Amino acid sequence: MNDSTPLLELRDVNKSFGPVHVLRNVDLSVYAGQVTALVGDNGAGKSTLIKGIAGIHSFDSGEYLFEGKPVSVTEPKQANNLGIEVVYQDLALCDNLDVVHNMFLGREESKGIVLDEITMERRATETLASLSVRTLKSIRQQVSSLSGGQRQTVAIARAVLWNSKLVILDEPTAALGVAQTEQVLNLVRRLADSGLGVILISHNMNDVLQVADNIACLYLGQLAAQISAKEVGHGQIVELITMGRSGDIGLNPETVAAGGHV
Amino acid sequence: MSTQQTTDVDVSAAGDSAGVGRALGDYFRRIKGGDVGSLPAVLGLIVLVVIFSVLQGNTFFTALNFANLLNQGTAIIVLAMGLVFVLLLGEIDLSAGFAAGTCAAVLAVSLTNWGWAWPLALVAALVTGLIIGLLIGLLVARLGIPSFVVTLAAFLGLQGVMLLIIGDGGTIPIQNDVLLAIMNRNMPVWAGWVLWFVVSAGYALVSLRAITNRRKVGLPSTSTSVWAAKSASIAILLGVAVYLLNIQRQIVRPGKVPCTKIGPPNEPLGCIPTIQGVPWAVLVVLVLLVVLTFVLGRTAFGRHIYAVGGNAEAARRAGISVSGIKIACFMICSFLAAIAGVLLASRDNSVSPTTGGAQTLLYAVGAAVIGGTSLFGGRGRVIDAIIGGLVVAVIANGLPLITQQSGIQYVVTGLVLLVAASVDALSRKRSSGSLR
Repeated sequence: MNDSTPLLELRDVNKSFGPVHVLRNVDLSVYAGQVTALVGDNGAGKSTLIKGIAGIHSFDSGEYLFEGKPVSVTEPKQANNLGIEVVYQDLALCDNLDVVHNMFLGREESKGIVLDEITMERRATETLASLSVRTLKSIRQQVSSLSGGQRQTVAIARAVLWNSKLVILDEPTAALGVAQTEQVLNLVRRLADSGLGVILISHNMNDVLQVADNIACLYLGQLAAQISAKEVGHGQIVELITMGRSGDIGLNPETVAAGGHV
Repeated sequence: MSTQQTTDVDVSAAGDSAGVGRALGDYFRRIKGGDVGSLPAVLGLIVLVVIFSVLQGNTFFTALNFANLLNQGTAIIVLAMGLVFVLLLGEIDLSAGFAAGTCAAVLAVSLTNWGWAWPLALVAALVTGLIIGLLIGLLVARLGIPSFVVTLAAFLGLQGVMLLIIGDGGTIPIQNDVLLAIMNRNMPVWAGWVLWFVVSAGYALVSLRAITNRRKVGLPSTSTSVWAAKSASIAILLGVAVYLLNIQRQIVRPGKVPCTKIGPPNEPLGCIPTIQGVPWAVLVVLVLLVVLTFVLGRTAFGRHIYAVGGNAEAARRAGISVSGIKIACFMICSFLAAIAGVLLASRDNSVSPTTGGAQTLLYAVGAAVIGGTSLFGGRGRVIDAIIGGLVVAVIANGLPLITQQSGIQYVVTGLVLLVAASVDALSRKRSSGSLR
């Protein structure tokens, strides 16, 4: 695999739920070492696209290429085996367990039937260190005692723990204050810098422009554009999100007009 | 971007830097944060013992009564141990008391009426418990009926099943020596001390090994002084208990001498039979404590129980079979109820339609909650059942010595349960309040 091959590539994917055509001929490329922001208004199809990538729904048609090879992902497990991890908005952490237990939940290391706490704690410590996480006092503290940003950190670290190649983050900063948002965005940047592909879903244009390398904009189930973050400004992204078109980029006017009727 | 300082997950603090002082500090911080654990129950136990000793010292604080108290508490403790598993999921089992009664009835009928060998009858009783738990678990986990309703139905249904099994006779006696010995006989004095040594040394060695293993790989661990203090206090506490139980507790009337030879109960020996030693039932409770604590704390299965109780959706997404865990916990609960039923039958020398009825279940739920197991799920330990069970037993044992009015006894027990539930609710509020 050379640098120009995307880590994940979707070509012409479609997805319908009954009569509702949610995704129409969507193309998406995600490169290793880059943060790809996925933006779009509510109902644009972001969640459906993510769930398709994660194997929760399978796409009706289209190609799904991972590391340049076509793969079939119809179950979450298949996505996990490829190295795709999703951090959902609700984080799915158990408040009553500590950081290590949460990171290994459902995939505990054990010797015979006895849990191997030492190995788990070491691996958790290493992973957090590799992400330069400096905000946790102890990895043996219960998650209930953590702040929102720390919880997000734990959820992201859990996704990274499994030698993942692609991490999908669903609105990681939605519930956070300014300082914690900064911490999480730094973490997102470090994930990409360490060679992982990252898909970031966000409604916050400032976050997107700060951390993303390129931006994929969905408009009514179609990909309006996937562009380098350097080439666009705040206003252009908002236009792409709200109208599917901004100047020369985006969907052509007829499609936009048709899109409104579907 | 922030500086490239790697981590402050405290790796440098590995080894023996934290002394008793820091450990105590951490403990108080946890309590402040709402994680009170068994502390209220332990304090309550001490207060109750002091009150009863002051008010009724010559009847309450005696070796005989101490043994009585353990005897009264054992079945409730075992029942509460089972309930801990169900409460950890945030569920409830109201039928555990009559599950105990039903299993005891199966034991009595197969033993006395059908003349089965005692091991066979015992297995039949325990299997009955597993089947009851399986049915409840299937209804709760697969059909999604709230456990409150399922077990309320089982509470009524099992009462009926019990009546049908026992039949018209009303009470079935148990005459098997082995089964009766569990609650009525004591270990020899030397065996009590051997047990003390094995438990104290076992605890010390296992915890020391955990500490040295962590040190070897440079992970932070409890300091040696904390370990020594803990191990010593456990050894002292158990030593006092064994010493008290090894005192001759038969009251020797003037003109009689205690026996030098121990005979079977009720054997005419011309002397007053010696009663001393640790009751065999204590061994049963200890074995259950060790096995169940291991399951909850050291296996993936136990970890998954906590996960399901803490956040079932997160557990499901992590690939844990939530319904499997639920069914298993209801089976464990009813299985332990079956053991409690055997203990009740052994204590009463018989099984009647009231075995496991009346306040048995509520005392057991009370014991688990008083001990520090949360009614909201996700928090609790097996030892909670023992600590809470002792509180309940002390109240049930001490109050009648002070007042004969059973009205007062019920009111006090109810209040204690309410206080425990309030502590649980408040500590939960507190820990979720410190969240953000």
